[in-house]
Amino acid sequence: MFKYLFAKAEDIPAGSAAVYFGFSSIIWFVIGTGLGSFNAAKLAFPDFVTGSEILSFGHMRQVHVLAVILGWISMAFAMAMMYITPALGNTKLWSEKLGVWNCFLWNIGLSLGLFLLWMGVSSGREYSDMPFVIDVVVILGLLTPLCVNVFMTIKTRRTQGIYTTNWFFGAATFMVIIVFTVGNSPEFFQLTGLTEAYLTWWFAHNVLGLWITPVAAAISYYVVPKVTGNPLYSHRIGHLHFWSVVVFYSTPAAHHLMSAPLPEWLKSFASVEGVLILVPAIAFVSNLLLTMTGKWRMFVENIEIKFTITGVLMAIPLNMQGGFQQTRAINWYIHGTGWIVAHAHLALLGFSTFLEAAAVYYGLQTLLRRKLYSLGLANFHFWMLLIGFTTYWISITIAGLIQGAGKIYEVPYIDVVIAEHPYMIARWVGGTMVFLGNCVWLYNMYKTARAGTAIPAGRLPHELAYER
Amino acid sequence: MAFREYKIGTRMFGLAFGTSMFITLYMPAVDIQNVSATSIAMDRQLSFGRVGGFSYEDPFLQGDAKPITVQISQDPKTGAAIESTRAFVYEANVPFPNGIRHPRILGKAPSAASASKGRIAEASEAQGAVFLVRETIEGGVAVPYIENATATRGWTPAATLSKASDSQRLLVGKGKIMFVREGCWWCHTLLPEQTQDWQYFGAPPMLGDFNGESPTAFGSDRKAPDLTHVGSRNSSREWMMMHFFNPRLVQSHSIMPRYDYLWGEKDASGNTIDYDGWRTAYTAYAAGESIYPPEVPVPAADSEARALIDFVLNMK
Repeated sequence: MFKYLFAKAEDIPAGSAAVYFGFSSIIWFVIGTGLGSFNAAKLAFPDFVTGSEILSFGHMRQVHVLAVILGWISMAFAMAMMYITPALGNTKLWSEKLGVWNCFLWNIGLSLGLFLLWMGVSSGREYSDMPFVIDVVVILGLLTPLCVNVFMTIKTRRTQGIYTTNWFFGAATFMVIIVFTVGNSPEFFQLTGLTEAYLTWWFAHNVLGLWITPVAAAISYYVVPKVTGNPLYSHRIGHLHFWSVVVFYSTPAAHHLMSAPLPEWLKSFASVEGVLILVPAIAFVSNLLLTMTGKWRMFVENIEIKFTITGVLMAIPLNMQGGFQQTRAINWYIHGTGWIVAHAHLALLGFSTFLEAAAVYYGLQTLLRRKLYSLGLANFHFWMLLIGFTTYWISITIAGLIQGAGKIYEVPYIDVVIAEHPYMIARWVGGTMVFLGNCVWLYNMYKTARAGTAIPAGRLPHELAYER
Repeated sequence: MAFREYKIGTRMFGLAFGTSMFITLYMPAVDIQNVSATSIAMDRQLSFGRVGGFSYEDPFLQGDAKPITVQISQDPKTGAAIESTRAFVYEANVPFPNGIRHPRILGKAPSAASASKGRIAEASEAQGAVFLVRETIEGGVAVPYIENATATRGWTPAATLSKASDSQRLLVGKGKIMFVREGCWWCHTLLPEQTQDWQYFGAPPMLGDFNGESPTAFGSDRKAPDLTHVGSRNSSREWMMMHFFNPRLVQSHSIMPRYDYLWGEKDASGNTIDYDGWRTAYTAYAAGESIYPPEVPVPAADSEARALIDFVLNMK
């Protein structure tokens, strides 16, 4: 990477930035899930590692969260944007050099921010924990260059229309800058009290609604038609998805603070808009599953489709939960319990991770022109991810229901903790499986870059998956 | 290919996105800003200080530049006996809380009363000040306000501190920093749920209880009980001490981490704390080899553990 930072623009091979982003994202995924597994161990066995400030749960928890969101998920998005946007515009990335710099700054800025958080330098606001100095780095060094590159690539495209995926990419990179800036504005402007709490949760909700879910969905709009060879079932439904995300998904943040003395109209509004999230969700899932018509065997045979369609199928329970748990009745029962933790992992480790993993698998093979080193290891990764995640999700959902019942029926808290203990162990086992699967993935992709069979010109990686 | 075919699309996008931002950001902000601070909110922000997270005064969250809450029963200026009073002492160069710096956030009536009766505009950060939370009746309605006792009564920070013994000082501001830095709020919420919580853990927060507080540290995940009123449920300093040093001393099934490192190197009597020896003795106790657990060292007056305990006991 370093040799390209100061190279002439024409000396940088096309796709370099995407490759660097791809490998960085896998490394951050290994780090993020490793931290997650360590944290889960501490919840199951509180005396696991003690006596050190920096290895305590309170110092590591937010490092896990932000390593996964800004390291794995967002860098995998950047990787996908840097090869899918030009491919769909029949052009090159606007500036490969800006992309390489973006990847470099992203790794530096994120490492610095996470190091400070680990040392306890925190703003004390969930999901926007990083001190505002780092927030400025994130906005100017990470998000803005990405937005500029994506916008300019779309602008210099050589096709007539803009495909759904690029609509999403362009809008999401723009919206995430707004969301990040506004969400961290309490720190810049010293906003306090309920305003600050509401803006914190507005950020936490909209970073999902306007960044993670739409971009993950946009990736699958590219991967499924590309790999199966079927055209997208309906562009109109794609647009319904896009517009309903912008209108409905950007407003229900207040449901995170149903117990706070926020204006009642805001809570009711958030509940109604929350259920309307089902509009983009159903549009997305039906569109993708109908695109698979006649090619369902690829769900079994093809590793990218396997990942993508699993992710799409996870969007069904995800959005059913998400839509209805914002209503007051259900929020009353499950808010603040492990159910929410499970739901958040269903969104990030289930739905979006599976879609991004497919994009990184497919992108690295295409850009490096190398066949996957081992399909067996890729399948192993898939099953470790799926079984590990499922174990995690089921155990924490049950734990959350126990907590909810304890909350409603005034059970002494310690009895709830005792009842949750087996599920905490199961959660740790599931999380560790995900971590081990990711280590295997990193090895597999490293070997692909070093020793994968070269893909001849004019062929696509998935066409020769089973050829020797 | 130019962007112009998409003019309608981009304008529609701006309209849709702008409208949703207007409803979700501007309208609630107007509603929330019209709320007046309660006396709880004033107590909170005066005892916590300006900000409870990263700031230039305290970049590494050590709890520097924080106010001290004292309970005095002697007038610091005259020495005469007075009714027991809770005062918030800001020594020189300790940044004032948001309600003093931006009185507008206190709301209409409280900010007017704080300016006219409380004379808060005369307080100076460079010299320090002592604040009190007071109440006045205006038009039959009780209005809380902040009094700058340095201006109204001539109480200096040094004189006020000298009237309070160590047990009458609460390092609440520093404790809030510890609460945020050590991530207590990842498991303990500071916002009771709208369930039987409101009966079991105490009254729900009211509109205006949070004005000026930053960060609110509500938390989102309850792996542990809500702490909004914990000082009313359990006011034992000894229990808190054992609980923070090793939670399994008082609750054998607790999954809370140990916060023994907040004790620092020396205990209250100036002896070096022998952590290894303590752990060995505790392991023997946990294995059933001894009847009593080892004695928990008393935290030093300036230790981080002391501040955290003060913060927790202050939440009533």
